[in-house]
Amino acid sequence: MSAPLKLHFDIDGENFTSAGEASVKVKKWLRQLGLPQDIIRRVAIAMYEGEINMVIHASGGYAEVTVFPDRIEIILCDKGPGIKDVELAMQAGYSTAPERIRSLGFGAGMGLPNMKANSDTMKINTEIGVGTTITMTVNM
Amino acid sequence: MKIREIASLAGAEVLACGELLDTEVFSACGSDMMSDVLAFVKDQGLLITGLVNTQVVRTAEMMDMRAILFVRNKRPTPEIIELAEKCEIVVMASPLRMFEACGLIYESGLKGTALK
Ligand SMILES: Nc1ncnc2c1ncn2[C@@H]1O[C@H](COP(=O)(O)OP(=O)(O)OP(=O)(O)O)[C@@H](O)[C@H]1O
Ligand SMILES: [Mg+2]
Repeated sequence: MSAPLKLHFDIDGENFTSAGEASVKVKKWLRQLGLPQDIIRRVAIAMYEGEINMVIHASGGYAEVTVFPDRIEIILCDKGPGIKDVELAMQAGYSTAPERIRSLGFGAGMGLPNMKANSDTMKINTEIGVGTTITMTVNM
Repeated sequence: MKIREIASLAGAEVLACGELLDTEVFSACGSDMMSDVLAFVKDQGLLITGLVNTQVVRTAEMMDMRAILFVRNKRPTPEIIELAEKCEIVVMASPLRMFEACGLIYESGLKGTALK
């Protein structure tokens, strides 16, 4: 593989319409690298949920995706409000999204559980008022 | 089931990728909440929704879905149609409500899937 093995994206926190574009690019890139479809889909879903969260709950940030020989690592970093109770946030159905976000099709409280289900490891570092960094890996 | 049959069952107008109507879909998911859809993992799926924005297409793309059926006479914007054309996802719009659309399509043999 001669293509660059690491990609960096700035995630615009102000633009809901463009949210997810980084995940689309990652999906195309992994396809070009010839990775198996189920691996690509797991990365795409996990990253897309995280990217949407950065836009609707934080104010954007950056994403970094690295392809290692045995795994894909996704880092999502924002300077948003942080997550008060991570264990609670991880529960299916828990959401603090206001009605405005629900009318956009998000706020079911399924994003973090979906990220967990589609990754092999997931680590959340968060601090109130400082931001949240989520690191996920998907094994090949 | 061929996408063409779904369009005809739902009395739907085809708005994007009409050349792909002979593609087969094997499962379907109906929801207005995109993370509910993203919890559903199945190949060659159909997304039935009353939500209209670009994230619907992006969700379908992440899931490798083949077609989107908008219900309740919702009209996707040109931007949505253009995005779907780029992703090779068929877009249809039906006057039916979600419940009726899902019922008709289910009854005709296309099944949903259990949550993982
Ligand atoms: N990056 C983040 N910064 C701050 N809070 C977050 C972040 N990501 C998630 N949260 C908090 O965790 C909750 C649960 O997140 P999760 O993604 O599971 O659900 P949701 O985004 O509310 O709804 P859905 O993902 O189903 O559209 C959110 O409602 C929010 O309070
Ligand atoms: Mg979410």
